[in-house]
Amino acid sequence: MDLRLLSAEPSDAEREAIDTVAGEARADDGRVARADRTRRHLLLPALRAAQRRVGWVSEGALGYASRRLDVPPADAYGVASFYALLSLEERPADVLHACTDLACQLAGAEVPPGAHASPCLGLCERAPAFLRTIAGPEPREVPLPEAGPPLPQRGEPGLRLLRRIAADVDPESLDAYRAHGGYEALRRAFELGQEGVLREVSESRLLGRGGAAFPTGAKWEAVARQKVQPHYLVCNADESEPGTFKDRILMESDPFALVEAMTIAAYATGCEHAYVYVRAEYPVAHARLETAFALARTHGLLGDDVMDTGFSFDMGLRIGAGAYVCGEETALFQSIEGYRGEPRNKPPFPVEVGLFGKPTVVNNVETLFNVLEVVSDTGTVYAQTGTEGSTGTRLFCVSGHVARPGLYEVPFGTNLSDLLERAGARPPKAVLLGGAAGSFLRADQLDLPLTFEDARAAGATLGSGVVLVYDESADLVAAVLRIAEFFRDESCGQCVPCRVGTVRQEEALHRLVAGKANGNEREVLADLTAVMRDASICGLGQTAANAVESAMMNLGVLAP
Amino acid sequence: MIELTIDGQTVSVTEGSTILDACRRLDVETPTLCYADTLTPVNVCRVCVVEVEGARVLVPSCSRKVEAGMVVHTDSPRVRTSRRMVLELLGSSVDLSTAPDAQRYSAEYGAQPERFGDVATVAQPAKIDNDLYMRDYSKCILCYKCVEACGVDHQNTFAIAVAGRGFEARISTEFDVTLPESACVYCGNCIAVCPTGALMPTSEFNLRRAGTWDESAQSEVDTVCPYCGVGCNLTLHVQDDKIVKVTSPDDHDVTRGNLCVKGRFGYEFVQNRK
Repeated sequence: MDLRLLSAEPSDAEREAIDTVAGEARADDGRVARADRTRRHLLLPALRAAQRRVGWVSEGALGYASRRLDVPPADAYGVASFYALLSLEERPADVLHACTDLACQLAGAEVPPGAHASPCLGLCERAPAFLRTIAGPEPREVPLPEAGPPLPQRGEPGLRLLRRIAADVDPESLDAYRAHGGYEALRRAFELGQEGVLREVSESRLLGRGGAAFPTGAKWEAVARQKVQPHYLVCNADESEPGTFKDRILMESDPFALVEAMTIAAYATGCEHAYVYVRAEYPVAHARLETAFALARTHGLLGDDVMDTGFSFDMGLRIGAGAYVCGEETALFQSIEGYRGEPRNKPPFPVEVGLFGKPTVVNNVETLFNVLEVVSDTGTVYAQTGTEGSTGTRLFCVSGHVARPGLYEVPFGTNLSDLLERAGARPPKAVLLGGAAGSFLRADQLDLPLTFEDARAAGATLGSGVVLVYDESADLVAAVLRIAEFFRDESCGQCVPCRVGTVRQEEALHRLVAGKANGNEREVLADLTAVMRDASICGLGQTAANAVESAMMNLGVLAP
Repeated sequence: MIELTIDGQTVSVTEGSTILDACRRLDVETPTLCYADTLTPVNVCRVCVVEVEGARVLVPSCSRKVEAGMVVHTDSPRVRTSRRMVLELLGSSVDLSTAPDAQRYSAEYGAQPERFGDVATVAQPAKIDNDLYMRDYSKCILCYKCVEACGVDHQNTFAIAVAGRGFEARISTEFDVTLPESACVYCGNCIAVCPTGALMPTSEFNLRRAGTWDESAQSEVDTVCPYCGVGCNLTLHVQDDKIVKVTSPDDHDVTRGNLCVKGRFGYEFVQNRK
């Protein structure tokens, strides 16, 4: 069966850009019924290539990408219109995206004329931040300011995950990485064997650092024992939780460590191929990772015979296009496969049915960095740092009203008030812990040991490690409204509780703020919290009321 | 067989069954909007959610497979709140005036969509761009059924998809082109699965607009399609001695509710009395 295509033709530039992704045109392009319908996964890269070349996705470009990849045009349009950074309307080649999210809001962010307002760009330590995207024959994306403040713990001894970054090791040099201990963990992993690595990771009691705190060892073992082949490894680097920038700094400043850690993860779980899915807003990370992949390949650290062990493994970069929900692991699979980033219902879980329907390990960047420590130190030694329930160290993204914003690595169990003191926090009125999906703490609740279990007991979550400080001058109502707006914007729209619930939540808050209340707003908000938390498909909807609820209940924001 | 407990009653169903299948076995009435026996469950409307002991959140009964020893509650306060809220959220944003199931459930669960006040809706003009059927997306609850019917579940035409995101999500052709410009083949199988009347044959739409559509005055006549040799069953909906709509039974072995453009729309010759 032939695809029915749009009549609009692509320009030569669009055609060339899409062909760089889709390859040379073939005689049977555009045949839906073709047996090898495996090219849909190139749709997002193709649309992105067209937009980077001419600044937007035209009818001609969308139709051409559809034909080249055998995707129905209506489907391709559905995908293109899902992602905030793809434009289906003509616009200038040079676009400025101004972050208006929580940390930048505190820094007085404004959207200059002609610029687009953007959700968190993950540059909170240098707020207010911008991203400039320039389309053309040599497209580029530039975060602004181009550099942030130096790592606050630079030169400090005892750092684990941040030690190479704190020592200013050249992120583009494999030799420098090796000179600082790089690839010793992989060598050790090959000595331990697959079972040995699984055992060490389980013994470390490492918990995932993406937000859900799932035991990494259990996840790896579940995939390793799946008979269905192939297995996939996916690194979730779609860090988009407002206030979070840890994974960006890790990827930008220590990219080989991610490659090495993923090689270990793949070896232990029987994966031959991996993807790193990085949000589009992190151009420096993209470039550094591509450089690292290329160097690792030429040095036999990726490819058919990794370190002459016979282990075959390679990895590729996948870049998002502006969608917070794609950080949800199953939405991330949908996005890689060329579909709208709509989360799947679970079960089945990714360890059984994941990317391309195969058993899949998904780990966050920070989690994978910890694997290097586990394998180097042994799981038992690793587990001596931190607490019984929260082993190792944790990265915290400290921003807002602090003198020294940035990324901090501390052992689990460190007190939040100590961390705030180190960062030079002004006396806080409130702290947002865990991001927009986290919750607000009052000034008298900051004597909190930073562990998964203590956070849970306090009714909070460490989430993605966000510590956003609001001093007495801060406008918490504005912060709450921004959080509500964020979830309304980022809801994928698939399920009713989140699609309509996030809109009704924002409307009710605005009525309260404007003093135009119906009188039942608090009851409505409580019901919305219940239905979103209980009946949404994924974590986005389930947590969309958390911070709003905690601000109202815990801080008394918008109290009657 | 898998044994589980639903609202205190024990039931055994075959492995691979869903909680909804088990509920139906026990005659436990469970509201559904995006579910259809002939389509792959997408579990997006969330009106069929139930409480499973040990689960952190409610689960969609239409797609969750039964497990041995599951303890399910279909009428707990949590379930009732979520079902009512789903119906209120839909009722406050979508025109449900031609959605009988949604209306019935809303009454049953005491949904009061008006309590949100004057809020955002999906109201928009109906799209009338061809002679056979119209699309009124102010009545669309985004159940995905039409997309599934147009795609791999039934028709493999792929003329429509979900576009946009969040509250802006909508059913659309590529760049919102009209149906004649799209891949649509006018099989009308999307109409057959639409639970809200957002998709409607022009014949029905015109009678409704004229205020003369009267289901109580209609009779249904089963017959066989006169066109090709497949032998699809047709149900003719007849009002005032005129065919006003053609459907096919969902449980018919051959059609599973589907027809082609001729079977569904090619009946005018019958009433050409010249």
